[in-house]
Order: sequence, then C-alpha cells, then structure tokens
Amino acid sequence: MSRARLYGDGTMKSTVRARVIGRLVTMGPGFGFLIVFLAVPLALVLSYTVFRRGRFGGIVYEATGENFTRLIDHLYLDVVFGSVKLATITTLLALLLAYPTAYMIARLPAKWKVIALVAVVLPFWTNFLIRTYAWIVLLNSEGLLNSGLDALGLGKVELLYSDGAIVAGLLYAYLPLMILPLYSAIERLDPQLREASANLGARPIRTFWSVTLPLSLPGVLTGCVFVFVPSLGNFVIPELLGGGRRIMVGNLIRDQFLKARDWPFGSVLALSVIGVLVLLLFAQAWATRRVGRDA
Amino acid sequence: MRRNAKRGHGWLRLPFWLTYVFLYVPIAVVVLMSFNQSKSPYAWGGFSLRWYGQLAGNEKIREGLINTLIVAFGSTVLSTVLGTLLAVGLARYNKSRLVDALSTMPAILPDLVLAIGLLVFYAAVKMTLGLHSVLIAHTVFGMAFVTAVVRARLNHADTSMEEASRDLGATPVTTFMRITLPTLAPGILAGALLAFTLSIDEFVIAFFTAAPTEPTLPIVIYSMVRFGVTPEINALATLLLAVSFTVVIAAQRMTKLTEALS
Repeated sequence: MSRARLYGDGTMKSTVRARVIGRLVTMGPGFGFLIVFLAVPLALVLSYTVFRRGRFGGIVYEATGENFTRLIDHLYLDVVFGSVKLATITTLLALLLAYPTAYMIARLPAKWKVIALVAVVLPFWTNFLIRTYAWIVLLNSEGLLNSGLDALGLGKVELLYSDGAIVAGLLYAYLPLMILPLYSAIERLDPQLREASANLGARPIRTFWSVTLPLSLPGVLTGCVFVFVPSLGNFVIPELLGGGRRIMVGNLIRDQFLKARDWPFGSVLALSVIGVLVLLLFAQAWATRRVGRDA
Repeated sequence: MRRNAKRGHGWLRLPFWLTYVFLYVPIAVVVLMSFNQSKSPYAWGGFSLRWYGQLAGNEKIREGLINTLIVAFGSTVLSTVLGTLLAVGLARYNKSRLVDALSTMPAILPDLVLAIGLLVFYAAVKMTLGLHSVLIAHTVFGMAFVTAVVRARLNHADTSMEEASRDLGATPVTTFMRITLPTLAPGILAGALLAFTLSIDEFVIAFFTAAPTEPTLPIVIYSMVRFGVTPEINALATLLLAVSFTVVIAAQRMTKLTEALS
C-alpha cells in the first residue's frame, strides 16, 4: 500500500476518502464547467437536428427528418461541393508549400531551427481579422499587386472578390497549422532509414516516395485536418475576400443561426462539419497506427 | 551520398523561402502603409504618425478594447484556476477517457461549432448576452489550453517533494500550495499567457455570444474592415501586430529560461 503511506496516516479508509475529496476538489469544478458549457451545448445542437423549426425561429419539438433531406437539395449541395473544392485546393497548396519548408527546417542547425519555427508561428498568433485584412490591402484594385501589374503594362485585374482570393486568404490563415505537424513528423524520422535507402542505391526521389513520405504520413494527415476543417467552417474570409459571391458551408451555418433563424438546419450543417472532422481524425489515427507497426 | 543529399536540398530552398515571403509580405505592406502620410491608402506620401493620433481618438475602438480586456482578464483567471486544478486531478487521480476527451475537445472543435453550441445553449436557458457570456465562452477553450500545458509540465515533474511533504505530515492543501503550485508555476504562467492571447484575438465565438451593444475589439475591427481599407485600420493592425509579436517572443524567451532553470 504505497499510496496509503503517502498520506501519512496509513489507514486505508481515510486514504480512500482523501482520494475522493481530492478528486472532487481538483477535477470537480473544471469537469462541471465543461459539462454545462461544452457537453450540454453540443448535445443541444445534436438534438436540434431532428426537430422542426418554429415559424418565427426557435424550435418546435416535433421529430422530423426533413433537415437532413434538405442537405441533398441541389441549392445546398452546390454550396457544399463548392466549399469542399476550395478547402481541398487550399489544403493541397498548403501541403505543397509546407512539406519542403518543414523538411528544410528539420535539417537546419538547432539555433536556426528555433528562429525558423518562431517565424512560422508568429503570423499565426496575430489577429486573424488583421491577417485577412492584409490581403484586402494587397489584392485591392489599387493595391500593391495591381500597381505592379499596371507598371508591367499588364493592366489592372480584379484580384479581390474571387475564389482565388478566398484560397489565398485561407492558405494564409492556416499554413502554419500544416507546417508544424509536418515538421514534428519529419524531425522524428530516423536519418539512418534515408541513408540505408541511399546506400542501397535509391535515388533521392525514390527515397522520398518510399521512405520519407510514407513515414511522415501521420503528420501529413494531421496537417490536412488542421487546414481542411477550419477552411470548410470559415465564414469571414469568403465574406471579406470573396465579397459574398461565393457562399461556403461556414457562411451557410452562420446565416442559419443569425439571419434565417433556422436552427435545426443549421445544426445539421454543423453536424456534417463535425462528421468530416471525425472521419479525418480516424484516417489520421489509422495512419499513425500503421506507421507505428511498420517502424 | 553526401552529394546526393545536398542536391536534394537545393531545389527545396525555393518553396522554403516562398513560404516566408508569403507569410511576411502582407504584414509588411500593412505596417508600411500605417506610416503613410497620404490619405489614399495606396500611394506613398511620406512618413507620418497622423493615423495613430486619429486612432487614439476613436471612441468605438477604445470601448471595444476595454470590453476585450475585461473578457480576456476574466476568462484567463477562470481558465487558469479551473484548468490547473483539472490538470492536477487528471494526472493524479483519474485516467478517465471521458474527462480527457472533454478537456481536449475545445482545442480541436471548429470555433464555429462551439460558437453556435453556446448561442443555442444561452437561448435555451434564457440567459441574456453580454460580456459575461463571451467570458464564459472564452473560458471553455482557454481552459483546454491551460490544462494541456500544465499536464505536459506535470508529466515531467518530480513527485518526490510532494511525497516528502506528505510524509512530514503536511495536509494536502499545504502540500498543494507550498510544493505543487510552485513546481508548476512556469507551466501555469505559459498556459495563462496562451489563454489571454487567444481571448484577445478571438472573433468567431465572440461574434455569436456578445451583445450588439458590447462588442469586443475584434468585432469592432470586423465591422470596420467590412467597409474597406482605411489608414486607421492599418495603424490599429500595426499596433496589434506589435503586441502579439512581443508576447510570442517573450513567451519563447520565458520557456527557454525556465527550461534552462529546471
């Protein structure tokens, strides 16, 4: 009974009581807070998916499946496909830019590594609206990029208020979230594996495809979750950089709750975002297990 | 072999530098433009601090800033206390998966989902919106980060001091105050700093849970940005950038210092 000894009095009964009290005092307040302000709200959203909306907003507690069938309406399906497309392009671009960057950072000398990593994190810790605003300044018809194009005699182009501007904004917002998990996955790789591959005559490209990439797959998937899911749920960037021309899932959810006051349908949309998140997390866990088994 | 590895690096330099150019050029342009004398936000008209002066007189921004600071201080205190206790409890008494999952969930959940969840909840219990509703909302995710940081610190902590304290007859409360808390102090401080910065910058959840009469600073910025580019926003953006850069670099220094000390 080493635990009993820890509490000084040595009797089992008071030890058990001390542990119960200790547990209540330490975990009770936080756990209670999370139940009330996290678990219950999420349960409410989940339950609203099967109820009917009231005529003037609010909820009528009458079971229905029509919130789910509305999701297949081509009007909303278009929004979903459009957002998935933009979020996918953003995620792929982030991966293309982040992988080589993370690879380089992982191979920098220790001192430079810290500086490079802090430089990646710094923009991420600055206000998200300010970072989005910076792109309005940059892409505006009178902005820096357009002045550059004009000076080159290419004339002005409407850069802002397009899908391209949305992708640029999303990429800018979430790129650090791709770099960091990739960095930690690549950093952890045993350099001997690469050397072994090279010694066996594999060209660097071949080593990358058959050794480095498969082993860093968990990091790749973590990064994809961190970029794809928030891109899907973002409503500020499509509004500010897309000029409201492109409606994404995030805008749709926002509107259901703040404008249309159709909470049940909004809840279904939110649930589908959570569904995507859970699916991707499972894929990530699967990849991690697989790599763990192989290594 | 060395040569192969070197050659592999060469072309990686391009995306590497491209990443940093991509990350810093937009910020640099905003900072530069904030010192622009010209009224036109796009053409350079010489160095000036006039927009900072104008900013200082902006009533809405001042109100927003005060609201943001109230929410950030309140939610930081609350999430630091609750998060630290929860981390200690999780490490010491329980490996409960439910508590574990619940305490990490706010960090993974999209902010929009948490925002609508709380909006729906506040409506269901008929709570009026105000600074308190934002404060509670920010505590939900602030606590998740404090718990995570303190737990990481606890995992490396040496428990022999606590055992000695108990063996010498100290009550659990004394042990906690005299031994556990001081050992965890750097982790608690780092977690609190994190919760504070997150709260100050948070927009989406505040947008859903704040009363229209009491907007936080990010909500004020949002309504300004929607009406386009003004030199005043450039100045505000530059100040906010300066604050977050200072905090992040200070936090980085501090963790290095504490690592060196422990």
